[in-house]
Amino acid sequence: MDIVRFKNIRKIYEMGAEPVHALDGVDIGFAKGSFWAIMGPSGSGKSTMMNILGCLDRPTSGQYFLQEKDVSTLADDELSDIRLKYIGFIFQSFNLIPQLTVQKNIELPLYYLGWDAERSAARAKELAAKVGLETRLNHRPSELSGGQMQRVAVARSLAVDPQLILADEPTGNLDSKTGEQIMELLTELNKEGTSIIMVTHEPDIAAHAHHRLHMKDGKVERIDSN
Amino acid sequence: MAIHQSKIARNIWLGIENLLLHKLRSFLTMLGVVFGVGSVVAMLAVGEGASKEALTRIQKLGSNNIIINSVKSIDQEGQSTQQSYMSIYGLTYLDHERIRSNFPNVQQVAPAKLIRKESKVGSNTLELRIVGTTNEWFDLVPRQVLAGRVFDKKDVENFSAAVVLTEFGARRLLANKNSIGQPIKIGGDSFEVIGIVKNEQGMAGNIQIPDQQVDAYVPLSTIKKYFGDIFFKRSSGTITFELVELHQVIVQVDDIQYVESTAAGIERMLQNFHKKNDYVMSVPLALLKEAEATKRRFNIVLGSIASISLLVGGIGIMNIMLASVTERTREIGIRRAIGAKRSQIISQFLIETVVLSTLGGIVGLAMGITIPLIITFFAKMPTVITAKSILFPLFISVGIGIVFGLYPAINAARVDPIIALRHE
Repeated sequence: MDIVRFKNIRKIYEMGAEPVHALDGVDIGFAKGSFWAIMGPSGSGKSTMMNILGCLDRPTSGQYFLQEKDVSTLADDELSDIRLKYIGFIFQSFNLIPQLTVQKNIELPLYYLGWDAERSAARAKELAAKVGLETRLNHRPSELSGGQMQRVAVARSLAVDPQLILADEPTGNLDSKTGEQIMELLTELNKEGTSIIMVTHEPDIAAHAHHRLHMKDGKVERIDSN
Repeated sequence: MAIHQSKIARNIWLGIENLLLHKLRSFLTMLGVVFGVGSVVAMLAVGEGASKEALTRIQKLGSNNIIINSVKSIDQEGQSTQQSYMSIYGLTYLDHERIRSNFPNVQQVAPAKLIRKESKVGSNTLELRIVGTTNEWFDLVPRQVLAGRVFDKKDVENFSAAVVLTEFGARRLLANKNSIGQPIKIGGDSFEVIGIVKNEQGMAGNIQIPDQQVDAYVPLSTIKKYFGDIFFKRSSGTITFELVELHQVIVQVDDIQYVESTAAGIERMLQNFHKKNDYVMSVPLALLKEAEATKRRFNIVLGSIASISLLVGGIGIMNIMLASVTERTREIGIRRAIGAKRSQIISQFLIETVVLSTLGGIVGLAMGITIPLIITFFAKMPTVITAKSILFPLFISVGIGIVFGLYPAINAARVDPIIALRHE
């Protein structure tokens, strides 16, 4: 079964006189439990693909199936709900909320899910321990190193136990050693059954994935697998 | 429901935390509402105090009463100095009788004759200001009886030589409870002190309270019998004789709705019998209505000033919240990406604004309660803080938060998460 499947997805941006075809008819399925890396030069459509995968944007045409459900035409509130329950995000620049502590950042999705404070706190502590930050629960992001911040982001993405983790250049702002640690963490999560789709342009980071999807000019150029 | 409630509590707490991140900014933003609410509460307290004082004074006159006073008219004055040593003016016993019997809504009428007489209690000799009146006076000018009793109908009919002292007169004569039943000499005649009543001081509007500057009451019949109606007055070497039958008549009307029509009727009747304008009629009810109208006008002016200052405060809050939304675009993007709905972003920012304005309202309330206390303490002016003057500004400050927070909150919810996440 595919966790997500694109069926002839197109995304056209009307910018100036010439419409830009960011995605130009993409057909692809990502199997449940797999680990994918999306690669390609800038402007190849990988960011647009991530935005649509993450239900942050809707395709101009085509169908997007998430767990066999067509989500390409859902309303804003319904997309919010899908992001909340099924998808975990990890960003290049971590995107933690600076005024919240590590614990509160991890709890954030649970807050929107309506969990009570006590249960959320217990879950946040459990996840912090999983990423090795149990001693930093009351720190603010500004007091952490880049690697630690990214681990907080990973913990946050895991809070609601999502089916799919989307990682956008997760090691882009990290040195290679810390980046390697994050990749080990992701690999471990994947082994536990979470599907992961990651955008990267670094070949040795992409090597951690099972499959590499190469994009060019809004189209799938080729796929190679381990 | 429990989850929902705790969510609001958490939202409020989150709002407070966010405001605490920028303490100075939040404080400065609040100031508009603080001063707006503070001045509303303070002004309401001073206004309520002033009008309450005016109202209680007017009520001391009796809102069902009509008070008619004798005055020397201006042409009468001229006559007395140039032509005659005898001045005759004012209300007459006949006027009293006509008012009593001709008006269906008149319930009671108390006549009053004011005289000054040398009086002596024990070894104290003083000139007393004495009111000659009937027992009805004590119904129309109800005052607490401090000792003994006031005179009744029988005393009036029997020309009793009874004296009721006012608290003020008693103090002057150094009389006390033990003076009840004691003899008192008034102008050489012997009287008996039968009671002491409280009296009130001061003015109500432009009407003198009837028992202000009264030392004693004696039945009118007794005064007439002992002293007659003609009194002489020494002024700058000449002696003037004065004939004034009654100095004051207080009329009580049975129902408040007939007070004004009865007053008009009495006025017309008096005009028929008095060629000269030698009386003045005052209607406390008219004063009461005037005081209430003044209070209403005052409230409108105050309300306009207050709404301007609160509007300015609200705009200040909106301005800062708009800036805050721009500043926190990335945070909004993160929250949206994680799964927050637009409505949840709106409620987050709305609650933050309401917390800010309500906090401002509470601080302003504290200020608005303190200022009247200071005014009362230093300026000796009465101030009244009512539940309404506390609840209304609080309600308004919550309202300001909602009204001026809605636009920034909607702006926040409109943020496109994709763009917001790229925002630096």
